[in-house]
Amino acid sequence: MADESATASGEAAAGRAPLGDEPGRVMREYYRQMTLIRAFELRAAEMYQRARIGGYCHLNLGEEATVVGLMAALEAKDYLFTTYRDHGYALARGLEPGRIMAELFGKTTGVSGGRGGSMHLFDAKARLLGGYGIVGGQIPPATGAALALTYRSEPGPDAEAVMCLLGDGTTNIGSFHESLNLAALWRLPIVYVIVNNQLGMGTPVEKAAAEPELFKRGCSYRMPGVRVDGDDVLAVRDAARAALTRARADRQPGLLEAVSYRLRGHSVVDPAKYRSTEETDRVRAADPVPALRAQLLDAGVLDEASARQIEDESDAKVSAAVAFADESPDPTPDQLFDHVYATPVANAPHALPGDPVVPAGR
Amino acid sequence: MAVISYRQALHDTLRAELLREESVILIGEEIGVFEGSYKITAGLLAEFGPARVRDTPICEEGFVGAAIGAAMLGMRPVVEIMTINFSLIAIDQIVNHAAKMRAMFGGQVSVPMVIRTPGGGGQQLAASHSQNLEVWYAHVPGLKVVAPSTPADAKALLTAAIRDDDPVLVLENLALYNTKGEVPDGEQVGEIGRAAVVKPGHDLTVVSYSRATVVALEVARQLEAEGISLEVVDLRSLRPLDRDTICASVRKTSRAVMLEDDWLTYGIGAEIAATIQEGAFDYLDAPVRRVAAAEVPLPYAKPLELAALPDARTLVKVIGEVLDATRFAR
Repeated sequence: MADESATASGEAAAGRAPLGDEPGRVMREYYRQMTLIRAFELRAAEMYQRARIGGYCHLNLGEEATVVGLMAALEAKDYLFTTYRDHGYALARGLEPGRIMAELFGKTTGVSGGRGGSMHLFDAKARLLGGYGIVGGQIPPATGAALALTYRSEPGPDAEAVMCLLGDGTTNIGSFHESLNLAALWRLPIVYVIVNNQLGMGTPVEKAAAEPELFKRGCSYRMPGVRVDGDDVLAVRDAARAALTRARADRQPGLLEAVSYRLRGHSVVDPAKYRSTEETDRVRAADPVPALRAQLLDAGVLDEASARQIEDESDAKVSAAVAFADESPDPTPDQLFDHVYATPVANAPHALPGDPVVPAGR
Repeated sequence: MAVISYRQALHDTLRAELLREESVILIGEEIGVFEGSYKITAGLLAEFGPARVRDTPICEEGFVGAAIGAAMLGMRPVVEIMTINFSLIAIDQIVNHAAKMRAMFGGQVSVPMVIRTPGGGGQQLAASHSQNLEVWYAHVPGLKVVAPSTPADAKALLTAAIRDDDPVLVLENLALYNTKGEVPDGEQVGEIGRAAVVKPGHDLTVVSYSRATVVALEVARQLEAEGISLEVVDLRSLRPLDRDTICASVRKTSRAVMLEDDWLTYGIGAEIAATIQEGAFDYLDAPVRRVAAAEVPLPYAKPLELAALPDARTLVKVIGEVLDATRFAR
């Protein structure tokens, strides 16, 4: 409901929320995850430029605080549906960096067996139910997953919930509105999170959304909307946790908007020429990874040596991930038809290009 | 064995599966309180309640996608899309999502859902409500598409579809809902991916599916009296397609005509003709002919609608042309 909506975006770059009583080990863990994502994404960009990674490759650079905050709120029993900008979420959800890099390399050891690539990371055990390449495509299935939960268990503080991520541009597509309506009508345990990095590919939110305060778009469905500073890992975590709590206990679906800045182009190949020099400077100044580092050094949670150690460990993990991906086997053509169907039936096609479709009669 | 309508067979099957398996739920517009636009779900809300028989708002993309997500978590949703024309609103979810998920995610998930939807013209519903778009779905790997032509097949194939772990489109037909036929009692699980020779014969093979099979059988009975023996192959399954059964029939009869309600160009019959030329080329005594719908947005006015749709008279004429071309002695 509109009167429950709050905005906290004003202080985006400048004053971060204080650490409060947050234990140092928790903050160091968040910093560790953010540096891992940063190192992984920089290496992914490099591997893409060296043609080790094909297709499209979208990075979470600049969104690390949002990613880590959201994943800190999401519990192991919960389900996650993401957009195609999904590497960081998979890392923060605890998937092995090597298996993620192997997926990007198209190897059999990849999280989706090399079938999906960068945009389609999936891990059933981690309840990461997919990165989705079609904008808005993940929202109805995520809503249906939440529907399935209502058949499985009663609402309560320990109930499972679904988190569905989407970009700012996706709030204009029909599936977003249809899904929010269904979730509100059916009271589903789901939190929709708009990761607002302020640009579609190159189109700013104000040019794409008639209501650019995107968290307000839940009003039509009487769905509480909250906006947080996506560069503030604790603010993101706490807002997501609160929304998930209502989803679990009251089956009250929620809409959360986390505002951050995409550090680079839409994908690895995009030089982001549509951004002015001033804007690029502003984006760099808001970079959440060095910001958290400075904050933790200030607070005495980290010193230079321990910060450097965390960063070095992240780099080493990513190097090991690249090595694992490199050494992993490519899939072979005899595996081409694996997984197309779950239930075998007669006459399922298995012809390769040029094969006869039916033996000539004699 | 009881004689019941195609509509009743679908209804009874849904009820039996709801009773059998708790994870089966029905989802669709106006299927509960209104009991279905074509009354297939009549009485099921009262018997099973609103959680098992779930009315949705008008949002095909939303509720088809929601069924996909529920299926990913182990439910077995059976979605009703009021007509196949409205499936286009959900086509992103069907083609880009339901069909892809298992393969794209490396076999870690399956989507055990059914989409039931009727197609077909001839009801004076005009262009946007009279289409046969099954080939759009039959084209897509990852989907299964069945098109029952009788009440018995409606029961057997819908049962198979609900128990299958993949997304299955069950193509119904407005003109078939009131047709009647014998339906075996008890559990009947059809085989997806198999065609059937529904009438054996030796002079010419008619290949058809859904409503067209009813027309083909009527023509076969009519021509039998004239000493012409037609073999009728009912495809039943459009994906996978049972090419062997089609080719085996044509190797026997040496002549083939396709009867289909969809548009001719790129239609189901085009695939059948290609299959026959590859699998029975040396056996053919005449080119394969196709009897399909005229390629226009179907008009409302009855004389125009009738002119556009394939019927028994046209099939008889084309069969005659094929027989004449091969100097068939009547």
